[in-house]
Amino acid sequence: MAFTNYILVCGGTGCESAKADQIYQNLLSAANAEGVHETVQIVKTGCFGFCEQGPIVKILPEDSFYVQVKPEDSEEIIKEHIVKGREVKRLLYDKSESKKHARVEDIQFYQKQFRIVLRNCGFINPENIDEYIARDGYAALEKVLFEMSSDAVIEELKKSGLRGRGGAGFPTWLKWNFTKQVDSEQKYIVCNADEGDPGAYMDRSTLEGDPHSILEAMAIAGFTCGADTGYIYIRAEYPLAIGRLKIAMEQARAYGLLGENILGSEFSFDIEIRLGAGAFVCGEETALLASLEGNRGMPWPRPPFPAVKGLWDKPTVINNVETWANVPMVILKGGEWFTQIGTEDSKGTKVFALTGKIRNSGLVEVPMGTTLREIIYDIGGGIANDKDFKAVQTGGPSGGMITKDYLDTPIDYKHLQGLGSMMGSGGMIVMDEDDCIVDVTKFYLGFTVDESCGKCSPCRVGGRTLYNTLDRITKGEGTMEDIDKMRSCGYAMQKASLCGLGQTAPNPIMSSLKYFEKEYLAHIKDRSCPSGRCKELISYFILADKCIGCTACARKCPVSAITGERRKIHLINQDLCIKCGICYEVCKFDAVYVG
Amino acid sequence: MAEQRDTEQITFSDELVKYIETWKHKPGNLIMILHRVQEEFRFVPREAADEVARILDVPLAKIYGVLTFYHYFKLTKPGKYNIQICLGTACYLKGADGLIEEIENLLGVSEGEVTEDEQFSFESVRCVGCCGLAPVLVIGDEVFGKLTKDQIPGIIAKYQ
Ligand SMILES: Cc1cc2nc3c(=O)[nH]c(=O)nc-3n(C[C@H](O)[C@H](O)[C@H](O)COP(=O)(O)O)c2cc1C
Ligand code: FES
Repeated sequence: MAFTNYILVCGGTGCESAKADQIYQNLLSAANAEGVHETVQIVKTGCFGFCEQGPIVKILPEDSFYVQVKPEDSEEIIKEHIVKGREVKRLLYDKSESKKHARVEDIQFYQKQFRIVLRNCGFINPENIDEYIARDGYAALEKVLFEMSSDAVIEELKKSGLRGRGGAGFPTWLKWNFTKQVDSEQKYIVCNADEGDPGAYMDRSTLEGDPHSILEAMAIAGFTCGADTGYIYIRAEYPLAIGRLKIAMEQARAYGLLGENILGSEFSFDIEIRLGAGAFVCGEETALLASLEGNRGMPWPRPPFPAVKGLWDKPTVINNVETWANVPMVILKGGEWFTQIGTEDSKGTKVFALTGKIRNSGLVEVPMGTTLREIIYDIGGGIANDKDFKAVQTGGPSGGMITKDYLDTPIDYKHLQGLGSMMGSGGMIVMDEDDCIVDVTKFYLGFTVDESCGKCSPCRVGGRTLYNTLDRITKGEGTMEDIDKMRSCGYAMQKASLCGLGQTAPNPIMSSLKYFEKEYLAHIKDRSCPSGRCKELISYFILADKCIGCTACARKCPVSAITGERRKIHLINQDLCIKCGICYEVCKFDAVYVG
Repeated sequence: MAEQRDTEQITFSDELVKYIETWKHKPGNLIMILHRVQEEFRFVPREAADEVARILDVPLAKIYGVLTFYHYFKLTKPGKYNIQICLGTACYLKGADGLIEEIENLLGVSEGEVTEDEQFSFESVRCVGCCGLAPVLVIGDEVFGKLTKDQIPGIIAKYQ
């Protein structure tokens, strides 16, 4: 019997953590119990992107979009929707508006998005190769093997203008061409799935939702450059993605799409998974290769570039997950098609993990050239809790902060760099008025100091110096000289560090000094933190005109620093106060003031 | 046989031995093998490192060089339940440091330590990839998202 309904359950890490698997299991058993298991197909897919509203369940053909589903809702979904054909209204995304507004295409979160990389995420079961093949999967590999020469592949990539999505934006065709041109018995293809930017999960979602697209692309590169072995270097912290990759590799081998004589051609290629072990610097390509070789992940100075002399000194193409995911589409639809999306110097789309103080956090894919405002306000729904926007950081710890004045900047490699930030791998962290710029900058520096491999002194010593200076400033011990010192120290690190980690580590400081110097000055000159975040610089007061004497704060204060009788104004003893902020949180009358 | 040391002997399970056998001759195998060792013991005991050095015939120093470089490898035994608090950017902005304070107060241990009864240990990690659920706490396979400080005691009680 043919299926009349399809239920797609999001199986991305976010939803999975919120019991998506239980929902899936419950749907299966409810379908069995109701005797509809032969008319409804229930599939666990990759990430839908709309993580804020997860777990998400989508039902076709009606295109009903259920959000914040709980395991116990499964039975109702089957009984009402599948058996009786009535949507479960209370689970629809937009309950308030007319029924029409529940459709996926009407949801504003998806309207400005354009999916190339995430084309299959949320549509197919990533653990079933047939579903990938049904959506033109492996057609690009077949085309390459039987209809194209390796030169033609390079030509197509060149025409497309595809640039690396791992951060630096290096033209993909050029990298492949270097490796292709080197005469060597052995060459390697590597997928960089070390995704170290804290607060970003684009690569993870792509691997979890569409693992075959990566395998296919790597095989295409193997054919083009003359390599028979590929490695996927993936964070050990991503067990779901690793599991799905393993399944995908087995299935691809069984179908003759990996291994000896792929699809009966002369070409043989296979892939192995290697695990990272929690070192951010291993995302840097030379450090990654050192780690693949089983060593400490220390970068080496380039040149030689890995494309010429990489893994075990052999020519090695290394690309980021998202770059790989683009490749099959470029081959299938043509480089020309790809150039129609995006801007002058940046073609195609970019996936961002939109997080922080944003209303709809999630995974978004937009054409290059989309503005920050469109992403944050149209897709992201603006700032959470009606707070004011303060800054957005792209490029993670290597990037910079962008202010309100630049929200209309189109996102592409050139423009972001012009603002002192960078594309990075796709983390996009939104900050609101409550976030202290100096504190966040210190957080980023703390991260890079932790993650510096220690090989070169500009990074090892410079990073520590910058961190310590920021630490003093947040404690009200900064001096005006500190500002100049940080600038010159940062400049030295940018110029003299061995790898990208040290070269970009000062970026959060450089950009925040440029756009938020006032906030630094407040910390240094006035010894105050305008956002009320830096504990040493703030005090909590109770406002006499607002306090009604409800005693909530006094009861919650862990050190009994608040005194006052019921219905009388309360008072905080500043000598006892440990500035934990609990009074501020519990006061329902806005009577606690931070200053 | 390796020289007898005054530390305890350690036995590797058959699966672990078999795993090491299949990886033994592959180039760049060390990190993969150490992952598998840690999977078995939940950390990498000194005796296990000795044993790996013996089987692979690599210097112990090289093994410790790798173990100490990567955050993922643990050299001391974690508690029965290892609590991980995400300190990625998204979680930090949403108050993960407050969660850490709360846990430190509740358990009376600071980061990297184990409680006296060996039930709990706690560490901070960098982004577990559920930023949409920030701030996030992980215990074993369970992920707790969109947390506030006052939920922490309840969560810990579940494991006590
Ligand atoms: C400190 C540092 C961390 C990096 N982390 C990553 C990462 O997590 N993932 C990634 O794909 N590239 C990362 N890169 C970029 C890689 O060095 C390399 O440019 C990239 O893998 C090349 O692939 P692409 O051309 O497809 O972008 C990092 C670079 C630096 C300097
Ligand atoms: S920052 Fe905590 S899950 Fe990503």
